[in-house]
Amino acid sequence: MSGALARRQGAAAVTPWTAWPDPPAIRLDEVRRVFGSGAHAVAALDGVSLAVGLGEFVCVVGGSGCGKSTLLSLIAGLDRPTSGRVEVDGGRPALMFQDAGLLPWLTVAGNVELPMRLRGARRGDCAAEVDRLLRLVRLDGAAPRRPHQLSGGMRQRVALARALAQRSEVLLMDEPFAAVDAITRDLLHEDLARIATETAITVVLVTHDVREAVRLGDRVVLLSSRPGRVAEEFDVDLPRPRRSDDPAVATLSQRITARLREEVARHGRG
Amino acid sequence: MAVAEARFAIAHQAPRSRLHSAVRAAAPKLTAVAVLLAVWQLVVILHLRPGYLVPGPRDVWSTFAEQWREGHVLGAVWTSLSRSAVGFAIAVLIGTPLGLLMARVALVRLAAGSLVAALQSLPSVVWVVPGLLLLGPSPSTILFVVVMGAAPSVALGLAQAVEQTPPLLVDVGRAAGARGLALYRHVLLPAAFPGYVAGLRQAWSFAWRSLMAAELITQSADLGLGLGQLLDSGRQTLDMSLSITAILLILAVGVAVDALVFSPLSRGVNRRRGLLEVRTS
Repeated sequence: MSGALARRQGAAAVTPWTAWPDPPAIRLDEVRRVFGSGAHAVAALDGVSLAVGLGEFVCVVGGSGCGKSTLLSLIAGLDRPTSGRVEVDGGRPALMFQDAGLLPWLTVAGNVELPMRLRGARRGDCAAEVDRLLRLVRLDGAAPRRPHQLSGGMRQRVALARALAQRSEVLLMDEPFAAVDAITRDLLHEDLARIATETAITVVLVTHDVREAVRLGDRVVLLSSRPGRVAEEFDVDLPRPRRSDDPAVATLSQRITARLREEVARHGRG
Repeated sequence: MAVAEARFAIAHQAPRSRLHSAVRAAAPKLTAVAVLLAVWQLVVILHLRPGYLVPGPRDVWSTFAEQWREGHVLGAVWTSLSRSAVGFAIAVLIGTPLGLLMARVALVRLAAGSLVAALQSLPSVVWVVPGLLLLGPSPSTILFVVVMGAAPSVALGLAQAVEQTPPLLVDVGRAAGARGLALYRHVLLPAAFPGYVAGLRQAWSFAWRSLMAAELITQSADLGLGLGQLLDSGRQTLDMSLSITAILLILAVGVAVDALVFSPLSRGVNRRRGLLEVRTS
């Protein structure tokens, strides 16, 4: 059994990445990212070290402008650190944004197919795989529809199916549920938690919603603001499936929120 | 109660709404044309200028009928339409790769971008003179003017459309593994297609204007009779009726091509993407 699966069952204790039983899927080592130069230089991230185990679900929370999205761009390989090292196993990570970013000229099936076609599959070759993924995100029957005909929640489901179609070992999510209503978000949480367990994919999810982080994550990483660094890590050793209104989820959320408030207040900004 | 009745009435209107809305859309236009004809007829009746200078709608109609019987109308429309179609096609063949290069290669964009934009604002009638000097009064001169008039719109339309691709879609494509040409094929070009179509539409209208300028000025017996030449023969024979006939034909062809080709094309593209189309027609 891999360390990550053990963690998911709430068995493992906190382990620094240097002592990780398996090689971590993602490793950040003293990562620094500075935007601009000279007097106007702003360090978005400064000395961030973080390891994410294979199959682990890590949620990153922090105040606005703490460099959460920068962190994700670095892991995704869309950006490079000013100094430090970023290592990601298993090829290019799949990426999901707050906006589904579906290609409006393609159907739902066409969007899910995109990563496969970019790997060289021909159109229509992957119909069975598309069907399987759409069933996984509970969108069976939506294949021929167009993005503009879908609700916000359905679009994010398509984006999730498309991300999974990439067959990456790592899935990065940048506030993917920030723009959907509460009920839809709850259903999406449920499905994401199920899919992450079923596929054993490694997930890093960035959010400003602490409850979302506690509900979904094996671990919650709290980033401080300006410059962003890891302020504290919280293991979420709670049984799954979880619900946002579980008392244990609420208790841990309150603890993390209190800590987050300290961080935000320390910088005098919200 | 009143609300319920109103809803009931709306529900009953639904089945015939299609015909209803068609009539509704056409009515203001037909009214405008009728008013225009009435004002025209009024000017004729007031006799502000001699009758041969201000022919009435009926005179123009009989001139049109006469030209039609002699086969000039269809002949001139066909000549002009085929010339502009060939010129437009050449403009697309030149403008498309140029637009792609402008979008893809920073050096080309910097070097040619503003030049092409400047060319677009240059009235294409100026190309008649170098065309005549270089190529003489030949079909090539006319084509040259049409291509110079239309190609910049094609190139600019495509380059700008690629540039305006939402960054999110580019990120999505790159995250999904699209690099270089694959990014163009799967993301940038499809995303640019509506803008490209808008560029083509504008290029067609420029091609048609350029063609009329070229046909009006370029004179030769072996050039054949296009609509511009028809208009010019009205000038030479002091035939206002013929001139107005030619102008109305030029207008009609321009509108018809846009309505039958480009308008449905861009509507189709936009509808499939769920883009709201501003109703202009």
